[in-house]
Amino acid sequence: MTSEFNTAETLDVKGASCPMPVVKTKSAIDDLDAGEILEVLATDPGSMSDIDGWAAGTEGVELLGQKEGDDVYRHYVRRTE
Amino acid sequence: MSTDTPDSSADELPSRAELAARVEELEQSLAEVSPDDDTKKMSIIATKGTLDMAYPPLILASTAAAFGYEVTVFHTFWGLEILHEEHSKNLKLSSVGNPNMPVPNVVGALPGMDRVTTKMMERRIDDNDTATIEELVETSLEMGVEFQACQMTIDLLEYDEDEFYDGVTTGVGAATALQDMADADIQLLV
Repeated sequence: MTSEFNTAETLDVKGASCPMPVVKTKSAIDDLDAGEILEVLATDPGSMSDIDGWAAGTEGVELLGQKEGDDVYRHYVRRTE
Repeated sequence: MSTDTPDSSADELPSRAELAARVEELEQSLAEVSPDDDTKKMSIIATKGTLDMAYPPLILASTAAAFGYEVTVFHTFWGLEILHEEHSKNLKLSSVGNPNMPVPNVVGALPGMDRVTTKMMERRIDDNDTATIEELVETSLEMGVEFQACQMTIDLLEYDEDEFYDGVTTGVGAATALQDMADADIQLLV
């Protein structure tokens, strides 16, 4: 599945459950440069709400989109600063 | 000319020196109310050491750290077990006192039942790829969470500082916890 976003890195947290998808997303985004986009692959259904809430409540990140399909939830987060 | 003449419009206006003094005064009080930075803080007091009760403080601490919070978790009484490297890997689930458990209390009170229910929960944690307590402690430490071990409880339970995870803060008491709570945006007792 190709992405409409030009992602710099992909984080695979398939299988992991709360709080790991959010916690590992945070660590992975810290390793990116400003402007770069992270793709997160998760199987935890709670990641849809959790990564949305995390991005909204966290400085320096922006949620560009979320996709649900083939049992995997895809999240696209950009580091803004 | 008196400065308190009420009908003199020129005298009602503060002088430049007065304004400058007032500005300086306001800047000082602003500096006092604004902390060095606007980092949000969370303070958790962890008092329980059963397998089920060890999760909430660790999950909230690591998640808050992911949100950019400065997090301190003060572990006291059985909450200290979470920071004890060896004990934290073998926390138990009580088979009595919880009506949601699949066994009645009279059965749960039989010898060895805690081990049965603990094994059951450990299997579920494994099957669901739920993070272990050890993983959550290590992850939280990596993310900058400050785990504090209550000195009074360390002495009471006769623990050695070396028995805790590397990075755990010891030599702290209730006053430290209170200070953290006073400074925090979120305070929780678990």
